[in-house]
Amino acid sequence: MPEQLTAPLVVSFPFTRSLGPVQSAFLTGLRERVVLGVRAHDGRVLVPPAEYDPTTAEEIHELVEVGTTGTVTTWAWNPAPRPNQPLATPFAWVLVRLDGADTALLHALDAPGPEAVRTGARVRVRWAEQRTGAITDIACFEPHDGPETGHATPHHGTFTDPVTSLTAPARLDYTYTPGRAQTRHLGNLARHLLTGERCPSCRKVHVPPRGACPTCGVAATEQVVVGPRGTVTTFCVVNIKARNLAIDVPYVYAHIALDGADLALHGRIAGIPYDQVRMGLRVEPVWRDGDRHPDHYRPTGEPDADYDTYKRLL
Amino acid sequence: MSKEPVAVAGIGQTHHAAARRDVSLAGLVREAARRALDDAALTWTDIEAVVIGKAPDFFEGVMMPELHLADALGATGKPVLRVHTAGSVGGSTALVAANLVAARVHRTVLALAFEKQSESNAMWGLSLPVPFQPPLLAGAGGFFAPHVRAYIRRTGAPAGTGTLVAHKDRRNALKNPYAHLHEHGLTLEAVRNSPMLWDPIRYSETCPSSDGACAMVLTDRAGAARAPRPPAWVHGGAMRSEPTLFAGKDFVSPRAGRDCAADVYRQAGITDPRRQIDVAELYVPFSWYEPMWLENLGLAAEGEGWKLVESGATELDGDLPVNPSGGVLSTNPIGASGMLRFAEAALQVRGAAGEHQVPGARRALGHAYGGGAQFFAMWLVAAAPPTG
Amino acid sequence: MTPRPRDVAVVAFAQSDHRRATPGLSETELLLPVLREVLDRAGLAPGEADFTCSGSSDYLAGRPFSFTLTLDGVGAWPPIAESHVEMDGAWALYEAWVKILTGEADTALVYAHGKSSAGDVRDVLTRQLDPCYLAPLWPDSVSLAALQAQALIDAGETDEDDLAAIAARNRAAATHNPHAQLRGAVPHGDYVVRPLRTGDCPPVSDGAAAVVLAAGERARRMCRRPAWIRGIDHRIEPHDPGRRDLTDSPSTRLAAERAGAFDAPVDTAELHAPFTAQEVILRKALRLTGDVRVNPSGGALAAHPLMAAGLVRIGEAAARIHRGESHRALAHATSGPCLQQNLVAVLEAELEGEPE
Repeated sequence: MPEQLTAPLVVSFPFTRSLGPVQSAFLTGLRERVVLGVRAHDGRVLVPPAEYDPTTAEEIHELVEVGTTGTVTTWAWNPAPRPNQPLATPFAWVLVRLDGADTALLHALDAPGPEAVRTGARVRVRWAEQRTGAITDIACFEPHDGPETGHATPHHGTFTDPVTSLTAPARLDYTYTPGRAQTRHLGNLARHLLTGERCPSCRKVHVPPRGACPTCGVAATEQVVVGPRGTVTTFCVVNIKARNLAIDVPYVYAHIALDGADLALHGRIAGIPYDQVRMGLRVEPVWRDGDRHPDHYRPTGEPDADYDTYKRLL
Repeated sequence: MSKEPVAVAGIGQTHHAAARRDVSLAGLVREAARRALDDAALTWTDIEAVVIGKAPDFFEGVMMPELHLADALGATGKPVLRVHTAGSVGGSTALVAANLVAARVHRTVLALAFEKQSESNAMWGLSLPVPFQPPLLAGAGGFFAPHVRAYIRRTGAPAGTGTLVAHKDRRNALKNPYAHLHEHGLTLEAVRNSPMLWDPIRYSETCPSSDGACAMVLTDRAGAARAPRPPAWVHGGAMRSEPTLFAGKDFVSPRAGRDCAADVYRQAGITDPRRQIDVAELYVPFSWYEPMWLENLGLAAEGEGWKLVESGATELDGDLPVNPSGGVLSTNPIGASGMLRFAEAALQVRGAAGEHQVPGARRALGHAYGGGAQFFAMWLVAAAPPTG
Repeated sequence: MTPRPRDVAVVAFAQSDHRRATPGLSETELLLPVLREVLDRAGLAPGEADFTCSGSSDYLAGRPFSFTLTLDGVGAWPPIAESHVEMDGAWALYEAWVKILTGEADTALVYAHGKSSAGDVRDVLTRQLDPCYLAPLWPDSVSLAALQAQALIDAGETDEDDLAAIAARNRAAATHNPHAQLRGAVPHGDYVVRPLRTGDCPPVSDGAAAVVLAAGERARRMCRRPAWIRGIDHRIEPHDPGRRDLTDSPSTRLAAERAGAFDAPVDTAELHAPFTAQEVILRKALRLTGDVRVNPSGGALAAHPLMAAGLVRIGEAAARIHRGESHRALAHATSGPCLQQNLVAVLEAELEGEPE
């Protein structure tokens, strides 16, 4: 059994969120240390505010300002905060009904320990020093002594220089597993050997292998060496630079049917001017030192393959 | 017991743009849903279930976004289904919703599809690196361009066919107020001279990247009878899938597409699609796919799709207009693009397509595809209810 | 309820062994033997089912279009009528059930898979929360479930000892389930997020499951004792946990009503309750009394392959009917934070008025 390959896979992107009017007012309000809610049709005040009534789905716009103090409706002690969570030291997750609101807001409560937290506890907002118009403008909540004071008061919801979008970076770390068939294939590639799998049922050879015959739906385990020579079945000339790719344009991106394979794989053609590449051109792989995959394919000098020999592979 | 006939009683779409920065995700889907409800003269409470479709969640960076959009779509206390069948998803979503009515599980269902590509970047979302694999050598256009070349080789089509299609679709989009691209004064010459990106595909022959949503209200006979405007009736609908890459795959004319069309025609009693279908909204993200799909769908004989294009038959005033809305070439919110085809087909047979209406359209085909040309969804809608 | 045009049954079920990690296997390789087994049981060849529907998540896999790869294991040639939901496979089964009701299909293959080990599930699931108000705080799935558990404790409906007993009972039941990951006595452990301890939380599991559905006579030919779907329904609630009563599950109750769960008592219930406190809430919403066998498989506390765990509940309930161990069973699946979305299916050994 060959070693099972795995590799880290990072999915990371700074997503741009456009906010729409209600979320914009709420998040801009936080920047200005004001907490806004919205009044639903049944009179309840929703904090954080929804753009739409969660019960009737009708649009709601009547913004109100609520207190920055509130009451814990439930809590959970988080002894080991995870990266990106609001506090780096142990804290309580809380749902807080702010004074004047009828629904609860999720956030963190900075408290010395679980003994200091209970449902019904009074808390107040601790503002972040740097505020940008995000839910994290509330750094967290902190214990507070005062009685319930606030009530919802009408608010125009307009601010100078409102926040209309949010940049939300999100990074997730995965471990990628190519699986048994791909692992075998990759091991062979490292030895500059191109392999496919023959289906026990239809006898077709698939490259690259994936452990199953895609048409028959049965496991395929018989390895077959294919190529290394093959035929260009079709191609395009790439004239725009792809991201993160250090290849000068124009270059040829081709489908190559390796001898002995029943479908084409993809590769770059070089060693011939791009405008002389043609369907039927005979090519062979070229590896660069240390690379697992062929860097490109180059002409073998053989006569071109006849169209009839590869047209079923198009 | 036979199926309940399904009617499209309401249709809505957003104004599509490269970035709809004025609305949240919830605001975007609401804009389309609200228009569909208004069209059907219904309220949120009339909707019994919601079916949502979109392409990969990485496009907006929200996993299963239907969970947080449920409130905005009036779905509290209702069933919500989320469909994802790659690029064909807008069509699949409509068909899943139609089946809920056909099976008499629900009477009135909201189908909705969207994509807000500006929240991330489509090329990023489509080309996340996969360890151990060679880097992708080209973008989406590069993936499809070799198949276009194969089509040209197989049929002897002249180099200008793709240009004709692109020019037609962009001109049609000028008559569609919701379309993303409105390229006033675009000449055939300008399309022909646009940069060659992935030879044989030129810049003006490729689709844009859009924010947008589309919604439809699907209902039963009783719902159709109450509707204030004439509905479109579903006469046939089908999905077909084949593997991504396999020995024997025909990328130029995938069998899944042919089989899917054959199933739809059988259901709808269509024996001569070229004559019996009045207008078609086909998923054409690169202009060359119009002649390819015409053949795949039996609207042109094998090898003759390009001749149909050259003859002008697929122009708005031709005898088989294709993509009078401007198509995917003019508007491409990926997850919604398929549903837009289905919805535009329905608008045509309702006589409600406005400036891009095909006069007297009675039967229309809506078509969507996705993945490596492997997932297909189609429906045939008509002005008259199905018989029998 | 409107009379259904057709009777539909679960005729076969198969699942993988659910494990903490399956580093050697691609998703297709994980799924392939499960598909093979379920099709063999139903007597179908690959690609022969009239309709195929699957459930999975790109975010779980870390790859867009991840479901397109697993299609390689299905035998989709000649092309098949096929669909996919970005949801737990229980909802794929629902879509397939609807398809059979339309009369366009007599048989359907439903499958689901999740390699929860690919990413860190607690982080990954934060991405399914409201992107402006919740996701930026990265509240993980255990933390949200802990808020719900504390609300239940504050309401006097359970306490930590009760929760420990639920964990112990589920994992004791799992001793009889060779596919389960946590079987028998498991230390209840320290607080992960108080009041939930490690024992109150599901394991992180890789796994796959598949079901074959068939209509009417076809079902009777494929299975000696089909598990007829008497009713199936699903409902959703507002997303934000701060806008809900976390001690209740009105969507479960409504789905159960619509599925006919309260029309007659069930003898067995397979509940998709990844966290112990959620079982308390679901028992209440479903009005399950002490004589109902709850989670004889060990439930989600014994194995929790995300996106497949709900389908496994339906499969386990059906398998008990197949084996003659249940006459009328309820299966439940959940999705979203704090039981936001819930599906209930009622399965029966024989339809009313028919001889056994």
